[in-house]
Amino acid sequence: MPDRELNPSAGQQAEPAPESSDRLELAETGEWKRVSPKYVVVEIVGTIVNAVVVCGAAALLWLLLDQTWAMWVGIVVLAVSIINLVFEPRRVRSIGYLLRADDLLFRRGILFQRFVAVPYGRMQLIDITRGPVARWLGLADLKFVTAAASASVSIPGLAEADAESLRDRLVELAESRRAGL
Amino acid sequence: MNEEPVARARPHLAAPRTDLTDGEWHRLHPATPLLRGGIFMVAIIGFIIANLRERLIDLFIGEENYGGDPIDTIYERGATGWALLIIAGVLLVILVVFYLSWRTHTFRVTGEIVEVRSGLIFRSNRKARLDRVQGVNLTRPLIPRLFGAARLEITVAGQDGNVQLAYLGSKHADDLRRDILHLASGLRQAKQPAAPDAPVDQASAVDGLPAAHSALGDFASARFQEFRAPELDPDAAWPDSVVRILPRRLIGSVVLSGFTVFLLLAGIGLIISVVAGSSGWVLVAVLPGLIGSVGYYFSRITKTLRFSIAGTPDGVRVGYGLLSTSSQTLPPGRIHAIEVSQPILWRRFGWWQISINTAGQASGRSSTAVTGTTLLPVGTLADVEKVLQLALPGFDTDTHRALIENGMLGGRKRDAGVADFYSNAPARAVWLRPFSWWRTGWAVSGSVALIRRGVLSRDLILVPLARMQGVRISQGAIRRRLRLASAALHTVAGPVTASLSVIDVDEALVLFEWMSTGAVRSALADTSHHWSRTTPPTQKATQ
Repeated sequence: MPDRELNPSAGQQAEPAPESSDRLELAETGEWKRVSPKYVVVEIVGTIVNAVVVCGAAALLWLLLDQTWAMWVGIVVLAVSIINLVFEPRRVRSIGYLLRADDLLFRRGILFQRFVAVPYGRMQLIDITRGPVARWLGLADLKFVTAAASASVSIPGLAEADAESLRDRLVELAESRRAGL
Repeated sequence: MNEEPVARARPHLAAPRTDLTDGEWHRLHPATPLLRGGIFMVAIIGFIIANLRERLIDLFIGEENYGGDPIDTIYERGATGWALLIIAGVLLVILVVFYLSWRTHTFRVTGEIVEVRSGLIFRSNRKARLDRVQGVNLTRPLIPRLFGAARLEITVAGQDGNVQLAYLGSKHADDLRRDILHLASGLRQAKQPAAPDAPVDQASAVDGLPAAHSALGDFASARFQEFRAPELDPDAAWPDSVVRILPRRLIGSVVLSGFTVFLLLAGIGLIISVVAGSSGWVLVAVLPGLIGSVGYYFSRITKTLRFSIAGTPDGVRVGYGLLSTSSQTLPPGRIHAIEVSQPILWRRFGWWQISINTAGQASGRSSTAVTGTTLLPVGTLADVEKVLQLALPGFDTDTHRALIENGMLGGRKRDAGVADFYSNAPARAVWLRPFSWWRTGWAVSGSVALIRRGVLSRDLILVPLARMQGVRISQGAIRRRLRLASAALHTVAGPVTASLSVIDVDEALVLFEWMSTGAVRSALADTSHHWSRTTPPTQKATQ
């Protein structure tokens, strides 16, 4: 526990830290580990497949059944997909994880940023999954599952060997810090 | 139908209570198969016969005899003997099946586990580790209650991992609950047998069934005593820790709910539509719903009537129910999040309710789930403080009390002179939370995180950091513009979500650090899985 009993800013405004910015950025020392750059391909293929399926369905509706709204849906989906494709590399680069002394840190997102910390002792199980594209690229997703469904950390796009060694490391860390549920 | 098993089970039922936890296999209450499904089966058979008797006659005899009674027909045709034989055969088969299912349904309690095995053809076997017990529920549904039986349910984490002992003799269930909690608490001392009067009482009650009229009266009066007895045995709870709710207040709280508002709006809409001269179909469509809502009120009220909550050495005990009673024991450290909230309709009366997240979900109907997560259906400020002391032992210094009160009633705008212990959202959060920004804040004290939020419904959320599963902070484009962020403390699933929708960016980073380090440290110091052991198991920390 922090040694101060109550909040430092109690009763007063929180004064901004010296080097503060609008962005959420942890003043964390340590190197964020990034996921494999090849993971971009998985995301791109996923986005394209998704866009093709939705746009195809919309086109069928539009051309065969003469539903004009379907055309607009298709156009919107296409536009969103193209924007996604443009930002995909940056977004994949923003995914990172960090093994601290007692917990696992995870971050992702550029426009919508997210940081999660999960203590190792809260681990219930670790899942490694491989999608078809990821398997072709030799990648795997690692999921750190806790008792809270929302606190599960999913690290996508790890090289298979990395995923397995990370899994073993996390299990080992969790074993030494086990907390009863 | 149940005389025979009762007679056979007598030696077991009369045994002293320590016998149940000796690690040997034991059987359940002999009326179990009947209570679990038999009554429904009888009802279904009766229903089928009542509805289909003409058809049956038609089928078997091939005669257009729709007006006649089947018994008449059987008699006329001289088939009485056969009919009786068939009935006897069916009864015999049912009895044998019931007997066998009762024989095979056994349980045992050792120092480490509770185990149940059951099933004739599909054998099932279920174990729960005692140090992982999330709660022990003792339920007495109406009909088993009349038979003097109760269901003991040992909840463990997970969706469908509960071990059910249904049904046990009422007294045995009480004793077994105590024994299981003792074992789970890590106390390994030998327990004394039950008080001398208990087995005698039980034996007489069991003897009563097949014996003479006076004994039957004893049985009835024993049941009646049990029916009237309080849910809580007085020796188990510290008397000053008991919170009770006046029925008047309980009814008031149910009436003053969001459902009533909805109902009133629906009623007004109905009147308007009738006055405006619409056809009668609206009335036909809505009226059954309105009548059905009476049933909703009735069930809500009867379910929570006689609500009591008390601290026992083995955890918080929550009891409720008028006709079907239930009492739930939550061992220490099994509460993952607590929410104290006040819907706006209750503000005038100063009422609050408390709900919790626990890892074990009581199985069964959704209604039990609702009541299982309520620690206080309605109560005053004093009641809330009492209950919070039970739920979070050691969180009762003056500072903590001030924090709780501040969290329930306070805010940044109000009480400007008094120190507000919460770290509040900045004024620019008004763009995102125009009404509630001044109440949105957080604090950490000891190993408990507090989140204050909401104006329409005032909420105070307490999360013991030792139970927290993770912490998240996030920021989207709009919040970045305003130098804000949002934060959430992850707990196991339940009615409480510990999230903070607006918080200053730098504050969010502070919160992230404090929560993540606090979660690790308080988990290391936590020993509540064996709550009665004084020394923490050192190998856990140093391994």
